[in-house]
Amino acid sequence: MRFDNAYFNLGYLDTLSYRDTIIHRLDPRTKLMATLFFIVTVVSFPMYEVSGLLPFLLFPVLLFSLADIPVKFIMKKVLLVSTFAFFIGIFNPVFDRQAMYVFYGVTVSGGWVSFLSIMIKFFLTITSALLLIATTSFPGICRALQKFGIPDIFISQLLFLYRYIFVLAEEAMKVVRARDIRSFGKRGKEMTAFTGIVGTLFLRTVERAERIYQAMLSRGFSGALHTAKPYGFTGADAVFLTITVTVLYLLRVHDVVGAMGRLSISIF
Amino acid sequence: MSHHIVEFKDVHFRYPDGTEALKGLSLRITHGEAVGIVGANGSGKSTLLMHTNGYLLPQSGTITIGDLQLDKRTRKEIRKKVGLIFQNPDDQLFMPTVFDDVAFGPLNLGLQPDRVLERVIEALKTVGCLALKDKPPHHLSGGQKSAVAIATVIAMQPDILVMDEPASHLDPKSRRLLISLLRNFEHTKVIASHDLDLILDVCRRCVIIKEGRVVADGPVEEILSDRQLLEANNLELPLSLQKRELPSGGTMDDISKLHHLLEHWAEHNEEHASTYLDWSHKADALGKTELAAILRKIAEETEKLDGLFNKAGDLCRQGGISS
Amino acid sequence: MHMADALLSPAVGATFWAASLGAIAYCSKKLKENPDDKLIPMMGVLGAFIFAAQMINFTIPGTGSSGHLGGGMILAIILGPYAAFIVMASVLTVQALFFADGGLLALGCNIWNLGIYPCFIAYPLIYKPLTKAGNTSKRIVVAALISGVVALQLGAFSVVIETMLSGRSELPFNTFVLLMQPVHLAIGLVEGFVTAGVINFVRAARPEILESVTSSRQLSPDVSIRKVFVGLLVVAVLTGGALSWFASANPDGLEWSIEKVFGRPELPEQETGIAHVLKNIQGKTAFLPDYNFKTGEKKAGGQESGKDEKTWPSAEPGTSVSGVLGSALVLGLIFLIGFGIRVVRKNKT
Repeated sequence: MRFDNAYFNLGYLDTLSYRDTIIHRLDPRTKLMATLFFIVTVVSFPMYEVSGLLPFLLFPVLLFSLADIPVKFIMKKVLLVSTFAFFIGIFNPVFDRQAMYVFYGVTVSGGWVSFLSIMIKFFLTITSALLLIATTSFPGICRALQKFGIPDIFISQLLFLYRYIFVLAEEAMKVVRARDIRSFGKRGKEMTAFTGIVGTLFLRTVERAERIYQAMLSRGFSGALHTAKPYGFTGADAVFLTITVTVLYLLRVHDVVGAMGRLSISIF
Repeated sequence: MSHHIVEFKDVHFRYPDGTEALKGLSLRITHGEAVGIVGANGSGKSTLLMHTNGYLLPQSGTITIGDLQLDKRTRKEIRKKVGLIFQNPDDQLFMPTVFDDVAFGPLNLGLQPDRVLERVIEALKTVGCLALKDKPPHHLSGGQKSAVAIATVIAMQPDILVMDEPASHLDPKSRRLLISLLRNFEHTKVIASHDLDLILDVCRRCVIIKEGRVVADGPVEEILSDRQLLEANNLELPLSLQKRELPSGGTMDDISKLHHLLEHWAEHNEEHASTYLDWSHKADALGKTELAAILRKIAEETEKLDGLFNKAGDLCRQGGISS
Repeated sequence: MHMADALLSPAVGATFWAASLGAIAYCSKKLKENPDDKLIPMMGVLGAFIFAAQMINFTIPGTGSSGHLGGGMILAIILGPYAAFIVMASVLTVQALFFADGGLLALGCNIWNLGIYPCFIAYPLIYKPLTKAGNTSKRIVVAALISGVVALQLGAFSVVIETMLSGRSELPFNTFVLLMQPVHLAIGLVEGFVTAGVINFVRAARPEILESVTSSRQLSPDVSIRKVFVGLLVVAVLTGGALSWFASANPDGLEWSIEKVFGRPELPEQETGIAHVLKNIQGKTAFLPDYNFKTGEKKAGGQESGKDEKTWPSAEPGTSVSGVLGSALVLGLIFLIGFGIRVVRKNKT
């Protein structure tokens, strides 16, 4: 029942994005910019960096708390996410066995350090992407992209895509359930059955597009999609963005972990 | 304002695949009328509706909407007069939020932003969905979706509302709400549906279509109570006009209703005591004193109810058959 | 395979973002030249369709493992390259947001890898010429198979290049290629089969749909694909060059050199903190016999460590302890802050 899970996860994440918290109320542009800046800062760390990345956990933790996002749900999604980074990263310890670090007699090779670095980066970037969509409605993100100059055609059809994901996924889910009910074990899940299902779904989709177009025409559509309601960039947005960028920059150039370590040693 | 708001004169239409959907259909609808269009599957109802706003154009014959004769040039104007509401609200609600969706039509009419806002709020108020303004359509229930779909159309302030199976996606309660909403509209209404009870509730006039022609046209009570006419068109009497035969042999009166309820209660024993008491009064009024006594006992007791439910069920069965 | 943020350097990520955005802008401009009201809802709904179809898994014959649809080829065949590319970019955007497939920085790479090749290489240069003369279902199968394989091979190779340029992975180029290409040969074949299956299904059931959707959205004959592709490449190279020039002024240094791509990346010149410590450590580090694994051409990247035969690193324990202690403190502090906010929020409501 992987399909159902994917579908309901999607729906839940979407529902979260319509909550009303201090973070949700920020302008989508603010959150989009902050997220991109965060990701770029994180991946800008060189391959053997580990400790410098740790302070960046502050951002997801703050967002989780301030936006009231269920941590468990997002963490589960992070774990289930495409494992490409892991598969590629795991080769680092194989190819780089040069000892780099010794900790109470255990030798750690450069490969393991760089692998750990990749996995922390993976965690931070994926979590921040999920937190962006959990705190910003998809239409909001589209409007932000539009403001940043992404072409109208792209935005308009992206909004249609979002609107009909839920409708079509539900339709697909019904077909998949019908297939799973009547297929025993692997049978019925072959490629030929799949192409039949997808073909049917395609025909229905085209018919639906036809009806939607009809509905648009009957409400005076003549080629341009107008949207009302621009978002406002408020003082809160300016504050949020300034603080985020400043802190990210400071964390990037200063060795917080080292400083904390030295501080604690000098105290004790 | 012209007297005939919709007039079809000998309209023919054939689809590219050769299906002849309309074969000389003629129909007149006057201002303020509420007309139900019924007929078997494939009788031409949907094709008829598609002609009302010019999505399809007649291949021969004429269609007049208000003062305009429908053709390629006038159809844009005509679409402002005719509000078409689709069977599946998911096809109708294509914008990311309810607000954007209701504003879609008024924005296309070229209205100023403040006028658009007014129209949107007015339309959403009319259907009782103002609170849903900022929700995305996929977060709405079926009933809310269909109400908002209606709002998207009335925000354009059309003269005529045309609907295709407006209640087919609705649960009974939402359907009932929709019916009372429609009854309050003063627009001219054309409703195509298999839901004959809805037509009976909303429309004064009913038209039966068969093989692309009008075969019957008259007051709704007359048409929808003519069993022979209806059955000749793959239809049947509206449920509210039928006396239901039940598997147990009795009729669907209170006692057999109670019988059904008892089975349900026996399974989910969670009904409020007042419900049982209500039914005991009803049983008393029908002269079933023994049944009434058991129901009162059920209302008081909290344990060992199964036996009581069974006993009451038996009494109902006897009562149902004997009545 | 979706490229991932964690494997990218900012310069590579930004370059592919720029290239993909350029391609989106170009396609949008092209679509505007022949406006068609119906196209936008059709594109959007077909995007949702691809998204839904991707969620359905099926069994790959002979392997028992399960696969799913990419969709680029189907879209290109149905919508033509410009619209298909935009839809594919949208599908990937939604995936990056809702499923976090790859991440946001890698989105540019993923749009490039999974959008450009099917829409602007495989479809116009392979599928279309092959199906031009007579449109039998067998031809469609052959054309779709070849296109699917080519598109995915190119996509997989791009993943390798992007990873190599970013210098976060230590996989040698050759090994990486050997790892990626065969796997994507299989995925490409499956994609081709599924594409052909769906197209043939639709052709049999409702041929007029394919025609009506397809017509008028093909590349206009006066546009040469080569021109488009060269244009995109120029954009990519220019932005890449500019960014790397900017970036090399940074202390991080962006690992662009060719030895980086083919050899072992060096330890970056890092300035402060633990990295500095690590570098010190590494400077003093010798190869343990067990670790002495790299030979031959690897030696070139092996730095000074190869010369040093001392067997135990003489790290300054003080600093490494402070690193670990500092990490623990920072983490503890962060979670305390998060927890604190949660508690405050709960009390408020």
